[in-house]
Amino acid sequence: MIRLSSVSHQIDGAKILSNISANIPKGQVTALIGPNGAGKSTLLSLIARLQGLEQGSISIDDLDVVTTPSDELARKLAILTQSNSITARLRVRELVAFGRFPHHKGRPNHKDLERIEEAIEQFDLGDLADKFLDEVSGGQRQKAFVAMAYAQDTDYLLLDEPLNNLDMASARNLMRNLTELAAQTGKTIVIVLHEINYAALYANWIMVLKQGQLIANGPAKEILTPQIIADTFGIEVTIHEIDGKTLVMHYG
Amino acid sequence: MTLHRLGFIFLLYIAFSIAFLTLNARGNWDFVLSFRGTKLIGITMVAISISCATVLFQTISQNRILTPSIMGFDSLYILLQTMMVFFLGGFGFASLPQEIPFFLNFTIMMLASLALFGTLLGRSANQARQDLHRLLLTGIIFGVFFRSITSFIQRVIDPNDFVIAAASTFADFNTINTDLLLIASLMMIIALAALWHYRHELDVIALGKETATNLGIPYKTRLYTLLVIIALLISISTALVGPVAFFGLLVSNLAYQIIPSYHHAYLLPAASLIAASILIGGQVILEHLIGLSTPLSIVVECLGGLTFLLLIIRGTTR
Repeated sequence: MIRLSSVSHQIDGAKILSNISANIPKGQVTALIGPNGAGKSTLLSLIARLQGLEQGSISIDDLDVVTTPSDELARKLAILTQSNSITARLRVRELVAFGRFPHHKGRPNHKDLERIEEAIEQFDLGDLADKFLDEVSGGQRQKAFVAMAYAQDTDYLLLDEPLNNLDMASARNLMRNLTELAAQTGKTIVIVLHEINYAALYANWIMVLKQGQLIANGPAKEILTPQIIADTFGIEVTIHEIDGKTLVMHYG
Repeated sequence: MTLHRLGFIFLLYIAFSIAFLTLNARGNWDFVLSFRGTKLIGITMVAISISCATVLFQTISQNRILTPSIMGFDSLYILLQTMMVFFLGGFGFASLPQEIPFFLNFTIMMLASLALFGTLLGRSANQARQDLHRLLLTGIIFGVFFRSITSFIQRVIDPNDFVIAAASTFADFNTINTDLLLIASLMMIIALAALWHYRHELDVIALGKETATNLGIPYKTRLYTLLVIIALLISISTALVGPVAFFGLLVSNLAYQIIPSYHHAYLLPAASLIAASILIGGQVILEHLIGLSTPLSIVVECLGGLTFLLLIIRGTTR
């Protein structure tokens, strides 16, 4: 479980997160939703110790993110950030292989190599594996980065807008892949999503942020109400059940 | 393929070294070999220091046109040398044990680089893009600032002292400071051992702060350690031959072109061997084959400067 306790964060005096206290359940897919500038990416980067924690505390399975050694955390939690720009010229397979670094520290063994190939296959990157990252499309690049995070083989996987640049089918497949992964392996996946229907379809748990405040946190079915969505995004929606699945609709 | 290429560069280095030791050698071989051998070791050490420092700096800044020298390290070195002459006088400076200016230079360069680059490097990806410009500008401004103070001091010191101060501000591969070879080689072994220890982590650090942190690198600690190693390597090369601005840029980019790998386990030896081959081969060609009196430093700086321009024109900042 990820425990957030009174987490606040400022950047250049501007308040990004205010006193966030919440638990993110283990072994489930949690969607982090909210309007632009709500603090979603900042919260993920604080959980993944990419930014220094100023106030409050964050723990992952009782490991404090501030005091736990970075290499130990890297075997517990992987993050895919939005700004995954890499200046080194790498092939897709080489990028995915970096995901194993926390385990092998530069000396990959047979198991690491197997895991790399498995990640390439899982995200349908077989044909692209030997291409350089600057030779593939933005969406394929994005999949390669997700595969790298997957190859890291951590209990917790944080993904900041992983559907960026993906076409409809690829986005759907990725979300399916991730939910199956959580169901089969018990991994905890936290995803920042903008498409609310992906959250409705694939997430078990939803956290809603707005202007740095936690608006709601709970099981998906309880959170996706017209009232909470109106309070968060300022738009009127209707909620429908089709074949047992929730669909959020808005008009005009 | 990578190992073959590395092997080829190594053979080239061996061939140039043999030519350097033996070409046009007359008289007492014991003397010739020990005289030229010491020079060969010195030049090789300078080559390794400059190339490793440059590759390291480019790795942590994620930018292939930056070198420690472009960022003002050499201007700081010249300023320190000039200030020592100013405060101690030409005679006092010349009679100082060589180790004192060496360690003083190293300490001040280390502190300056930690203060300057430690705070600017290693921010998040978005900040890093802005910081790169800030970093370049800061380096250039400090470079100009250090040079201005240097030229001011050089104007006010005694003309005899000025000659001593000016002599230590130009790179000269012919007069390697052999008194410092032992201490410099000891320091270099420490620096290279540390680099070899971190070689796999360097591959990850080249991916940027966020990815490196995600993959378990204690980024800030490593950044500071690497900056200390860079300061040490630059201190070694400047203490032995004087400041060299563009040479590192030339050899690091040649290494990236020749070695098709992102692994520092290959890149660092390749850049070092290329640098040593150019310096020794250049010295052989200039001294023995062409018989020119043009100092090698001018030729390599010219080639390095052209590389810098070429990289800027091609827009290669990575």
